Amino acid sequence: MAQSVIIYSTPTCPYCIRAKQFLKEHNISFVDYDVSSDQEKAEEMINKSGQMGVPVLDIDGQIIVGFNKEAISRALGIA
Amino acid sequence: MYDLIIVGAGPAGITAAVYAARKKINCLVLTKDIGGQAAWSADVENYTGYQFITGVELAKKFEEHIRQYDIPIHQEEEVIKLYKQDKAVIIETVKATYRAYTAIVASGKRSRELGVPGERQFLNRGVTYCASCDGPLFAQKDVVVIGGGNSALDAALQLVRFCNKVYILNNTDHLTGDEIAQEKLFKTANATVLNNTEVTAIEGEKFVSGIVFRQNNQKKYLSVQGVFIEIGLIPNSEFVQGVEKNSLGEIIVDCSNHTSVAGIFGAGDVTNVPEKQIIIAAGEGAKASLSVFRYLNQHNL
Repeated sequence: MAQSVIIYSTPTCPYCIRAKQFLKEHNISFVDYDVSSDQEKAEEMINKSGQMGVPVLDIDGQIIVGFNKEAISRALGIA
Repeated sequence: MYDLIIVGAGPAGITAAVYAARKKINCLVLTKDIGGQAAWSADVENYTGYQFITGVELAKKFEEHIRQYDIPIHQEEEVIKLYKQDKAVIIETVKATYRAYTAIVASGKRSRELGVPGERQFLNRGVTYCASCDGPLFAQKDVVVIGGGNSALDAALQLVRFCNKVYILNNTDHLTGDEIAQEKLFKTANATVLNNTEVTAIEGEKFVSGIVFRQNNQKKYLSVQGVFIEIGLIPNSEFVQGVEKNSLGEIIVDCSNHTSVAGIFGAGDVTNVPEKQIIIAAGEGAKASLSVFRYLNQHNL
């Protein structure tokens, strides 16, 4: 199981909401940064992922851009 | 073999499914996602019963409603081909092939691309088609909105709240969006409308740094970090074969949602129905399902 799960999201993005729902359904704890209000975390997200689209997930250092269910499941070891 | 397969789960597809469930039609929904374009709308203030609701919340309500019924919904199952063969409608998806007596195409529309150099290269690196999703990442930055219709004005009015400077690049001599939105925009200090412009390239290194355009036969350059493309929508109708479409690619339906092929029905934004609105799409979905019900009875299916 993954140790650290971070999601960078905005409140208005449907795929961010889906991604968080997905994590909750699988009982995964995560830290959620709202990059629409947290400029510092927004920069961090852009640096980590090299792009500006949300959501971005950081699962034990593995960066996943977008709500890519398969990649997320694999990184979490729940596939 | 299903009685009915619904393609799409936006307002039209979901409402069609609710009506099908209540008529006990043996039905399957194939879709990329739930909510469709409605989920991407920022604020919805014209869906009766809700004075104000966000697109995300409304999509969630739609989903809760359809989950009350025992209708299978295959998500992330994009349809590649849909056509009539003998008495069946054949539907090929990325995962499987299905057969049904009838189909309702409710696959909606998607953002139109500008088609200029840099657009694809800088997607999510400054170029975006969703102001409500990605807008906040451009706080205190200079951005450009391309387009002059309602979706462009809506995007611009969201962006002026947190961006430093918002340019609206419109390719005709005046904006075409609602007067109310235009008035709001003209009163906004950090918004500038540039008419008669034609974008020729989006430039940058790793991220967008500027946009090149023509205005009155002059080549101009604006230094911006964000490019929001809002130049309308195109119907997701390419996969539908043998059915009559108009010059925009919309599926032609009559007032009972029949297409030119018996057994294939259409509903919502993917069709030539006048006015693309959530409430209209929902109503069209309802009508389409009732037409399917009648069709199945008439043909003893």
